Formats: sequence, C-alpha cells, structure tokens
Amino acid sequence: MSEPTNTFEPRIVAFFCNWCTYTAADLAGVSRMKYAPNIRVVRLMCSGRLDPQFVMAAFAKGADGVLIGGCHPGDCHYVEGNYKALRRVTLLKRMLADLGIEEDRFRLEWISASEGDKVKHVVNEMVEKIRALGPLDMPGKHTHWDKEMEELEAHVNHSQKEIPAHAH
Amino acid sequence: MSNRIGVYVCHCGTNIASMVDCKAVAEYAATLPGVALSRDYKYMCSDPGQTLIQQDIKEHKLDRIIVSACSPLLHEHTFRNATRQGGINEFFFQMVNIREHDAWVHTDRAKATEKAKDLIRAAVHRVPFHKPLEKKTVPIKPDVLIVGGGIAGIHAALTLANAGKKVYLVERDATIGGHMAKFDKTFPTLDCAACILTPKMSTVKTHPNITMWTYSDVTKVEGFVGNYKVTVRRNPRYIIEELCVGCSECVEACVFKEPKFPDEFNLGLGKRKPVFLPFPQATPLVAVIDPETCIQLKTGKCKKTCVEACGDRKAIDFSQKAEEKEIEVGTIILSTGFKIFDAKRIPYYGYGTYSNVFTALDIERLVNASGPTGGELVLRNGQKPKSVAIVHCVGSRDENTNKYCSRVCCMYSLKLAHLVKERTGAEVYNFYIDMRTPGKGFEEFYSKVSGEGVHMIRGKVADVFLENPADKSGRMIVQAEDTLLNIMRKVPVDMVVLGVGLEAQADANDVRRQFNISCSTEGWFLERHPKLAPVNTFTDGIFLAGCCQGPKDIPDTVAQAGAAAAEALALIDAGSVELEPNTAFVVEQECSGCKTCIPMCPYTAISRNEDKKIAVINEALCKGCGTCVAACPSGAIKQNLFEDDEIFEEINGVLAHV
Amino acid sequence: MPTKPKIGFYWCASCGGCEESVVDLAEDVLMVTAAVDIIFWPCAMDFKKADIEAMPDKSIVATLLNGAIRSSEQEEMAHLLRRKSQVLIAFGSCAHTGGIPGLANQFTCEQIMKYVYEECPTMVNDQKTHPQTHFKDGNRETELPVIRNVVRALDQVVDVDYYIPGCPPTPKLLKEAVLALLSGKLPPKGSVLAPNIAVCQQCKRNDSKPQDISLTEFKRPHQIIADPDICLLAQGLPCLGPATRGGCDAVCIQGNMPCTGCFGPVDNVHDHGAKILSYLASTAAGKEEKDITKTLAGIPDPVGTFYRYGLAKCLLRGKVSQS
Ligand code: SF4
Ligand code: SF4
Ligand code: FES
Repeated sequence: MSEPTNTFEPRIVAFFCNWCTYTAADLAGVSRMKYAPNIRVVRLMCSGRLDPQFVMAAFAKGADGVLIGGCHPGDCHYVEGNYKALRRVTLLKRMLADLGIEEDRFRLEWISASEGDKVKHVVNEMVEKIRALGPLDMPGKHTHWDKEMEELEAHVNHSQKEIPAHAH
Repeated sequence: MSNRIGVYVCHCGTNIASMVDCKAVAEYAATLPGVALSRDYKYMCSDPGQTLIQQDIKEHKLDRIIVSACSPLLHEHTFRNATRQGGINEFFFQMVNIREHDAWVHTDRAKATEKAKDLIRAAVHRVPFHKPLEKKTVPIKPDVLIVGGGIAGIHAALTLANAGKKVYLVERDATIGGHMAKFDKTFPTLDCAACILTPKMSTVKTHPNITMWTYSDVTKVEGFVGNYKVTVRRNPRYIIEELCVGCSECVEACVFKEPKFPDEFNLGLGKRKPVFLPFPQATPLVAVIDPETCIQLKTGKCKKTCVEACGDRKAIDFSQKAEEKEIEVGTIILSTGFKIFDAKRIPYYGYGTYSNVFTALDIERLVNASGPTGGELVLRNGQKPKSVAIVHCVGSRDENTNKYCSRVCCMYSLKLAHLVKERTGAEVYNFYIDMRTPGKGFEEFYSKVSGEGVHMIRGKVADVFLENPADKSGRMIVQAEDTLLNIMRKVPVDMVVLGVGLEAQADANDVRRQFNISCSTEGWFLERHPKLAPVNTFTDGIFLAGCCQGPKDIPDTVAQAGAAAAEALALIDAGSVELEPNTAFVVEQECSGCKTCIPMCPYTAISRNEDKKIAVINEALCKGCGTCVAACPSGAIKQNLFEDDEIFEEINGVLAHV
Repeated sequence: MPTKPKIGFYWCASCGGCEESVVDLAEDVLMVTAAVDIIFWPCAMDFKKADIEAMPDKSIVATLLNGAIRSSEQEEMAHLLRRKSQVLIAFGSCAHTGGIPGLANQFTCEQIMKYVYEECPTMVNDQKTHPQTHFKDGNRETELPVIRNVVRALDQVVDVDYYIPGCPPTPKLLKEAVLALLSGKLPPKGSVLAPNIAVCQQCKRNDSKPQDISLTEFKRPHQIIADPDICLLAQGLPCLGPATRGGCDAVCIQGNMPCTGCFGPVDNVHDHGAKILSYLASTAAGKEEKDITKTLAGIPDPVGTFYRYGLAKCLLRGKVSQS
C-alpha cells in the first residue's frame, strides 16, 4: 500500500457474446477458476451487436481497457456476427491507436463456451499489461483539459454586474 | 418520471456471501438514485425469495427489479416470472451475475464486493430504460428429426413414435444399429447385444410413425425452435429400397466370385463384394452397391449378373442419383455417437504393425457368431491364442492423447476377458491403471471375472514388443510396471487387445456448426447445463442423446435418449413456445433507406420497402443478434432488451464509481 | 415603431464560410434585414465588444455563433454572447461539432506551434520565434489571446440552444431557422435545426445503391472519376451519407463528391466517427483478418475521415496524449 503504482487497479469493461464467451465466463465460475477482479462484463447477444460507440463510451467514461469476446470464427450462434465484429474491431484498433490509446487496452478474443480457462488467461494477461501502462482516466483528463477555461468563465460572469433587462 | 427500483442481493447460501459482502452491497445499492428498496437475502431463487419480490412490488410499488445472484443463463427466467407475478412486466427485470462472474472467480473479498457494487450500479442505470415487452409465441411443429441411428437414436425414435409423434430418423450408414450392433455381449449382464437390439431395429423399420432414412446426411438446417427446415440428402445406394427384399441373390450372383474388399461393418477383418448387405440383421435389409468397387459404376462395362439375379424385382438401379428431401420439424435430437480412439496414435502398442494386436471393437467382431470368423477368436494365422493381454485406458486418461476417462473401457475389457477365457481358455491378463466399476452390478461383475482366473495387473502398459523382432505376427511381450507389487512385469502373449477409448466423431465440429450448438474442447456436444439441462443444448429445440455428448455406456445412453425424447415431447405437447423478444425493429421515420443493414442479417430478415424506401425487419425471421443494430449508421434500428440507451447506460453505470 | 428583434453574428475559429452563407441568402437577406435588427456582425459592421458588454443581459434575441472555440478571446466572447442572448445558436460545423479546426485535437499546442513556426517547409525562422501572448514595443504593450490546449465545440464552453449544421450551413437551413425563430416555432431546446434523417434519404443515387455492397477495396476521390449516377459508396468511395444528417439536399454528391459528414450525426448517434466506422467496416468484405485489413487499408486516415468535422465531439475529444 505504499507505492501509488501498486494501488492502481485497472478497470476493464468487457463485451461478451451470450452464447460463447459469456457462457465461458460462467464456466470459469462453475469451475472455480480464479482471475483478476478487474473486469466488468456487459452481455450482448452476439459480438455482432458490438457498436464501436460502446468502446468509445467505455473509454470515455473511465475504462482502462476494453475486451471483446465472441465465438470462434465459424461458430457464431448467428452464423457470422463475429466476422462483422472482426471487421469493425480491425478498423477500430487502428483508429484507437491514432487516437493515442495503447494497443494493449483494446482486445478482441474468440472464446468458446468450453474455454473457461481462456477467460481466465486473457483477463489476467490484460490486467497485467494495463497495470503496466497505468491508468487511462479519460474523465480525469477531460476535467484537466477543461481546467483552462475556469478562470475566464468566472471573469465574464462575475466581473460584470448583472445588467437587468429593464435598464435601458 | 423517476423509477422505483427494487434491488435484491442474493447470498446463494455461502456461495456468494463468502466472497461478497452482500449486506454492504445491498446497503450501497440503497443509496443509488431510483432505488426504492434494497435487500440481501439468503436464497433469492427459493420460494420465499421469489415471493418476497412479488410482495415488495405490490407493497412498495416497485416498477423495476434487479436481482444480483447467479448467471442470467440459469435464473433470469425464474426472476422474470416472479416479476411478472408481482404484477409488472417481466422485462422490467434485470439480472446481475455476482456468482459465476464474481464470487466464484475472485479471492479478494473487498475487490469482489466492489465489483458487485459496480455491476449492480450498471443495472440500476440500465433498468429505467427497460420497456415493457411481450414474448412472442410460435407454434411447435409436431414432427421430430433424429440424427444418428445407433441405440440412442433408435430408442428416442421409438419413444416418440410410440407417443404418436412422427419421427424422421436419419442415419449415414447403410443400416441403423450403430456401434451396439457390432458388439457381441453387453456388460455386466452379458446379454447378447443383437438379441436386445435387433428387435428394436425392426420395430423402427416397421413403425408407422417412423420414416427411416439410412445412407443419408443432413445437409442444411434452417429455422428455430418449433420450426426447423432441414434438408436431408439420400445418397444413392444403387438399389431401390422399396423393391429390394434383402434376399442377397445379387450378392451371390456378382461377377466377383469371392468377397474381395474390406468389409466396413467388420472393421476390415472380413471381406465383402461390391454389392453387399452390411450384416445379416441390417435394417433396412437392403443391399448396397459400393461405387468405389463396382465395375459397372466405375467403368460402365460389367456383365451385370446382379441385375439378372434380381430379375423381376428390378431393384438394382445404376442410374440412381442423390436425392434431396426437405422436411419441417419442430425439434431435433442429435444422437450422432462416437468414434473409437485410433490406436495407431500410440505406436509402441504396435497396432497396425504387429498383426496380433487388436482393438476391443475388433475382438467384439471376432467373438461374434455373425462376425468374420463365425465367432472363433483366432490369431491371424487361424490358431487360438494361448495367452491374451487386454490393455485398459488406451488413449484415455493420458496427457498425450485424451485426458478424460472413457467410462466404458474397464467394463468392456472385463467383459472381453470373460469372453476370451470362455471361448479360448487362454490365460488372460488385464492391465489397468485403476479399475473403475461404478455402475449397477459392475463391481460384482469385476469380482466374477477375477474369480474366473483372469490376471489383473495394476500397471499402465509401457511397451509392447516382439519376442522375435523378425516375426511381426509372433509372440509379443507386454511390459508394465506392476504398481501393486512394485516390480516390472514382462508378460509374453499371443494376442494383445487394446481397450481403446471413445472420441467425438471426426466431423463433430461440422455437425455442431450445422445445428448451431457448442462443443467441448474434446469435441463432445455441449449440454446446456451439466446437471439441470443435461440433454438440452444452447439452441432451443435441439437435444442430445448418447455418446455425442460424452462417453457413456448403453444403459446411460438409453436413459438419456429417453430423456431427450421426453424433452422433445414436452415441447411438442405444449404446442407452442415463447421466444425471447430480443428482436430488432426499424424506427421508420429515422431510416434513411441507406441499405447498410440488409446484407448484415444472416437470416435475410431485413428487406427494403420499395414504396417507403426504407428497411423493414421481418420479426418472425429475426433471431435477435443485433448485428444490423450496430451497423445502422442512423441508430434507427433498435434491438429489444439491448437498445443502445440500455447498453450505454450500463457502460456509464459500471464505470460511475465514486 | 415596435423594435425589431435584435440578432447577432459572431465568428470564432472558422474559415468564414458560414457567414458567406448568410450572404448567399441573396435577396432573402433583405427579408431577414427587414425583419430583424442585426446589432452585431464584426465581419460586416463596426461594433465593439464594449458595446455588447454594455447591453442588458438577454437583450439579443438570438446570436448565431460560428466557429470552434480555440482561444481565450473566443471563449470570452462565447460567454459574453451567451449572457447577452436569449437564444444562442451554434452556426455551422465548427461551432456545432468542432469542425475542421477540431482536427487539431490530434496534436498538442506545442506540436502545432513547433510545426508552424519551425518545421513547416515554407517557414524560415532561424531565431525560432514563437508568438507571445504578451507584447511590448516601447510604450506599446498588448495582451494577445491565449491558444487553448484543445479545440472545443461551442457547447463544450457554454450552453447552446440550437445547432445549425453544415460546412457551411446551406442558406435554406439558415432561412428556415430564422423564420422559425421569428415565428417562435422553435423545436425543443438542444435540437439540431435540420431533418433528423441521414443524407441517403435525399440522395438521388440511392436507388442505384445495391443491397449488398461488400466492398473489397475502398477508393479515394482523387483515384477515380466516379460514375455520376451510381451510388458513390457502391463505387468504393467512403461516402458518409448513410451516417450523416441530411438537410443538405446531398449537394456534394450532386457534385460527384462523396459526403464527408459535415452535418454531423443524427440524434440517435453518440459518436459520429464510431458510427461511421461501424457501418463502413460492416460494408467491407472478408472473413480473414488479413483480407479485412487489406480492404480497410483503403481508409488510410480513420480519424481524419470519420471525425473530419467532429473530433472535438468525439467521445474521447481528441488524441489521448493531449496534456
Ligand atoms: S438483429 Fe440480427 S437477426 Fe435480427 S434483423 Fe438484425 S441482423 Fe437480422
Ligand atoms: S451512400 Fe452516399 S452516394 Fe450512396 S446513396 Fe447514400 S448519400 Fe447517396
Ligand atoms: S453469438 Fe457469439 S459471436 Fe455471435
């Protein structure tokens, strides 16, 4: 509890498809596998439901990492939702890199319903990598960015006395 | 309008409570905006737990319910019911998984508790956006498809047919019967497999409610529970099934005077002609012509003595083509069975190299009266073996092959020990790692066989080698460390029998994709729940029976087949099924008609209304994946239960920590 | 004579094209001037900040402010005009979503200054002189505005009542907005004063768009001469029409250029760029990662393409390494 770096607990938002990866995470639970408590799963019916906006929102709201989990290629419960996810994720990865989000913060994994141990490995690995990267803290960054405006706002709104509408 | 949310934190006995401070979580939830009531409770899924929800809805005028407990895949349904019975729409409910996804997988109580709070907060943010929805009801077609005609498929078919349901039984081999038809006796009762199986096979054939299609494959599966459309390809057997009487005259008359080709039914231990009947009790008892070996089919130049012999029956038709049949069924039972472990994968056991090493299934055929030797258990040279080693666990319980126990090998190895001893009087040595006899009458059977003078050696066989390296069909030495005596044993034997394990069918992966179900890593079809839904799959209306789900013996297979049939019956007799309302719909006035969504849908549920120039989703075809929703550049497609707002709020909520 | 409603125009970080569209009202401008008193329009009339400061609060009926907010001066004017106006309208892409200036959010201020005053090939600046906010020359002493670290859309600085989208807004939208304002028939606060439906709906090429495009190659507008009748997306050009608010009558597409998204997203969309990405990637063919990557390589600059007018309003608001 001494080093501030040790107290950083990455927060990972995961989007898991109902049929494979969510079930795999259930299996990891039933099998009492142990993994890092840093992940919060949002259930989607299919990785094809993954709207890149969700990823942007998660980062913007304070996620340090985003994990997408879907069925293996060819295994999607809805035939090919995961291919559509792959297309979006491929482009999104590039765009996020251009926006300065480190590669290790955004990951797509195919995890089938029987791969409870893969959930464990992927989560643990991701948590460690992000721990090494440190917090992303977008909300904090945004607040910090906007600090520069405080002074002026106060200036305009307080230097001038209220001039009532009936004054003229 | 602000909501009145009720939050329930379940202890699940100590399952959750030991890792999550449920009381603290409930107290925290009470502080969240919109939460009118928050409780922790020992077992939410119990009757009192559910009643609690119902009462609270009424007394506290709750309009949203959150239960944080186990996985929604387990109890969502339970709590939706409770919510509905409390008098509000069941989709005002949201489940939070703090057991499988939290308590069970973490070791730090403080962090697990934090996680539970985060997840509940996500739900608290989400539920105000929930809309009242109606489940849609679809009728269940009463017919059933059963894929695989082994004992599992046969039993399920008969159960359903006897209940008056129409069954299609599709089998890819030329005959039904599966592995069981190849066995000689069954353990532990030693009743003759054929005697108990063949009557069932012929009942299948004659049953008015069963359409049996052998030599056929399922090529396409579409639709959903209650309404599957399946295409079956009936492969040409070059014999018209309805006209053939199974007299074998064509086989006799074939230009090949002697059987020349390895006979599949006998695992290549015997020979057959290009035209053949798989085995005497084959069902249907109809000949097959193998296009690979038939001169007429290969070259078009044969005297066709078979056709002559068939005469007026005119059952032979060399021009037969594969025929596609389309059927509509409401439920499907998969009973596609297993394959035996390929013993060649363990080269030091000598299978395929030393001529007197056999698999257990080979021996089943050799001891069988209708087998290639007429039931004589002999070596390749025709002599009776004087000593036989039976090796258990071949390909099972081994890091290098399969880790799992194949469940039947100990017992069938004991059975074979008994049969070998009975037929040949040879010295029999059973090499086992552990003797696993957990079934009814199994341990007694083990004692009986032990008492018959079979040598039981506890040790994993490390090597099988030739006594005389030059003579591949000569005597072999079986080497194992006897872990009871703590000595190395080298036992010379004439014959080695490998107790091969069971594996998933080679094409299990293709089959499961076709039926949209899951597999374990070993390739066994995955049941919905190992204990509570052992014959169900994740795809509604598709059930499992027999070894395609995992190794099991005949009694268990039959029991499971009965269970699968019962599950199918339950659906059929209910007449209709309720579907999740998680379908997508287009908000007309927001759709620009950009057509992006149309190719997204794997079920062609989306089409263009040419008058309005917008997209429309056919709700009956939509299965609710949400792919089009994510793709819609206007956010004009919404998915029930997974609307953008609901998901955005879930994201906001999960991250909105203090 | 009853006083005519007072209207103001102001110009922050922008190219000036938006005010051009006021002029483009042509004779309709007379209708506007007849109906209102333009009390503030620095680009066309001489009026000082002090005059505004002296005005009673909320005495301007509506101010149409164009341009993003990049400097302390713009920020100050935004606050001031907000205070003095009953209705503040973000006029044009830059005020609405940050516009082209918003693309600067990919770089830090230092990076930009260094490039512009040192590294840019057309710059000769041996002393490496950078602009200073404080300037003294003999007795003359001046304070120049500070450049802010990030570019902001108007509503990231002050409360905004309405938005008129476009780079620039079309005269038609402007006229409709003024008419609505005059007649008091304004939609709920926060509305974008353009139809809540994407460009494809107004596009004449829409019928020619095949139902399944499955692009294996994306092209850039300079690489092909597009067929003037066929949907541009179908020709491989990343037309943003499907994801962009309409109301422009698909003018760019009429000019045989793909939509670049200046009207911003429709109401349901939270992050324009991410939504564009979603549908464009969905339109790409391929199942193997390498094929997909190859197809999508045809979009070399996703940020510049998807957030051309909206990086300031991207949920991340810009490049994350921003200090
Ligand atoms: S949600 Fe999926 S299944 Fe339903 S219409 Fe959209 S793409 Fe088709
Ligand atoms: S994609 Fe572009 S060119 Fe094609 S119909 Fe839509 S707006 Fe018109
Ligand atoms: S259902 Fe798992 S990726 Fe589609």
